[in-house]
Amino acid sequence: MTEKAIHVDYIARVEGQGAINIDITKDKKVKHLQLKIFEPPRFFESFLIGRKYDELMELTSRICGICPVAHQITALRAIENAMGIDPSDQTKDLRTLIAISAHIQSNVLSMYFLSLPDLMGYESVISMAKDHMDIVKRGLKLKKLGNDITEIIGGRSVHPVTMLVDGFSVLPEKNKLQTIKKRLVNAKKEAYETVDLFANVGIPDFVRKCEHVAISDPKYYAINEGRLRSSEGFNINEKDYRDYIYEKQKPYSTALHSLIKDRGSFMVGPLPRVNLNFNQLSSDAKNAAKNCGVKFPNYNPFISHLARAIELVHDIDESIEIIDRLKLKQEQRSISCKSGFGAAITEAPRGSLYHSYTFDNNGVVKKADIVPPTAHNAYNIEKDMKKFVQTIIDEPIDDITFKCEMLVRAYDPCISCSAH
Amino acid sequence: MIKKLKIGIFKFTGCAGCQMEIFRMEEEFLDLLKLFDISYWKMAKRDNNVEDLDIALVEGGISTPWEIEEIKCIRKKTKMLVAFGDCAIGGCIPSIRNWIPQMESENLVYPDPSTICSTKLLGIGEYVKLDGILKGCPPHRENIIELIKSAVLKIKPRLRKHPVCVECKFNENICLITSKKLPCMGPVISAGCGAICPTLNRECEGCFGPMSNPNAAALADIFKNIGLNDADIKRKFRKYAGMSPEFRLEAGH
Repeated sequence: MTEKAIHVDYIARVEGQGAINIDITKDKKVKHLQLKIFEPPRFFESFLIGRKYDELMELTSRICGICPVAHQITALRAIENAMGIDPSDQTKDLRTLIAISAHIQSNVLSMYFLSLPDLMGYESVISMAKDHMDIVKRGLKLKKLGNDITEIIGGRSVHPVTMLVDGFSVLPEKNKLQTIKKRLVNAKKEAYETVDLFANVGIPDFVRKCEHVAISDPKYYAINEGRLRSSEGFNINEKDYRDYIYEKQKPYSTALHSLIKDRGSFMVGPLPRVNLNFNQLSSDAKNAAKNCGVKFPNYNPFISHLARAIELVHDIDESIEIIDRLKLKQEQRSISCKSGFGAAITEAPRGSLYHSYTFDNNGVVKKADIVPPTAHNAYNIEKDMKKFVQTIIDEPIDDITFKCEMLVRAYDPCISCSAH
Repeated sequence: MIKKLKIGIFKFTGCAGCQMEIFRMEEEFLDLLKLFDISYWKMAKRDNNVEDLDIALVEGGISTPWEIEEIKCIRKKTKMLVAFGDCAIGGCIPSIRNWIPQMESENLVYPDPSTICSTKLLGIGEYVKLDGILKGCPPHRENIIELIKSAVLKIKPRLRKHPVCVECKFNENICLITSKKLPCMGPVISAGCGAICPTLNRECEGCFGPMSNPNAAALADIFKNIGLNDADIKRKFRKYAGMSPEFRLEAGH
């Protein structure tokens, strides 16, 4: 018998269209828990067939308005892997810089605008602005910094245009990058304030040890390239992704659920990144993490906000480093269109993003396979929620409902992506 | 004191990039709140109210039966309904799937398509009357401000109807078609982006949709002369606005 039912018919302050349905039985057990993603699918994997390799950057960009940069880079790297193209160090550096800028804007949006109102007791950032203008202005300033970097390199912040196979249509202007560098140096203070804010704001005390997955590289904090690793010893090359990870359809969700073969659900995103790649963070980011009073590795999904803040410190440090070493020389792109299969995994702001394509001799797509971070996370959110609700089952129904929404927002899902 | 206008921001089948362009107004955002009450915006607010809206900015196209009901419902409650971005106007890039049998797409993506209720992806104007459109993927924030500012002042917004070529001339760009033989869509595409791509050394791909009264057939001929085959030309027109009457012929049947 159902005693209580939790329904959120359209989750607020997340990207896209999702709902929550939970039944709680008379003997206080969670039953029928669903993260119901009702976002209308757009069938990218179907209509990309027949399109040409040099269009994929702009086409897949439209999977997501928040993380277009991640889709562009992942598509480009998959094409380059298929055609045996190895871009120059300069191209890789510029791609890292623009990817980081996209992380800054997306993570600041998630922290300050989508989730902070929950943690400070407001319905939205608009009502929060009345009492905490300083905090809102700080968020806007940091977000603008990320967006401005994307715009300087990519031409515009939403669906940028300059990234091409094996290079850029045009290089950013040196003096603009120098101005940005000054702003990055000044923003460090605000990044520390962000870490302070999220280290001290109250979050639910909830831990569920699950498998954390991210790309990883021994030399640097992996964002555009690396082996896919996990907290449980999983360690694979991106081209072998489909040998290990599969998808399952749930009748109530237009986003497919991802599972690791013979193991089950897993989590991707800022928290798994910080947990797995802690040693590769910049020294200031590591110190900020060590001094904030929270221990890593950490398996409280609500610590994701703090992980974003720690990444913000790192993102600023690494951006400055890249700007310092960029020489910005004109380079020739060299492309020889070949048939074949190519796959790539990058870290989008919300976690690991997989693209793979099979091309014919003319560079026309024969098969496309895309798995965005929120499709990776969807099943894990349900598993977290099931355990989480059990721990707060005696609370009033409105409180449980609100906290379930908070849990979803901690993952910062990008639902449009997930139902691409 | 001008009465604050009530705005609603809605998302249908799309990518949220148009809403991101509103979030992108970091400098203007707090000032805009002095002129507008945001009554409905799921992506930003937990308390939402859809009654008596002065302006509804609707992002995304229509691709499910309940989206048809929803958009009709919003229409009834709104004075000024705006198709916000290319998806709302005509489906944008995801509308490429309209040329593929729906079952084929569903079978390719889902092991069990029986739970999927998708239709062809069309613009909201197919189902309700529109009071304004904001072109672009995404629309430029200056155009968004122009439109909502005009609504406050009760005047007609000044949105561009001429092609990207005009903006190229403003930027003193050299024509990519005549100088480099690149297949630039600029001559048939609506301005409003500031000719971003040609200025950054790339041909225009058409993300602002057709300009007013374009000559698509003539541009298709030019593309043929510079070496594109029929399939390439079809792909060019079947991209951001393949469903539009202006490009429908070149986009193929």
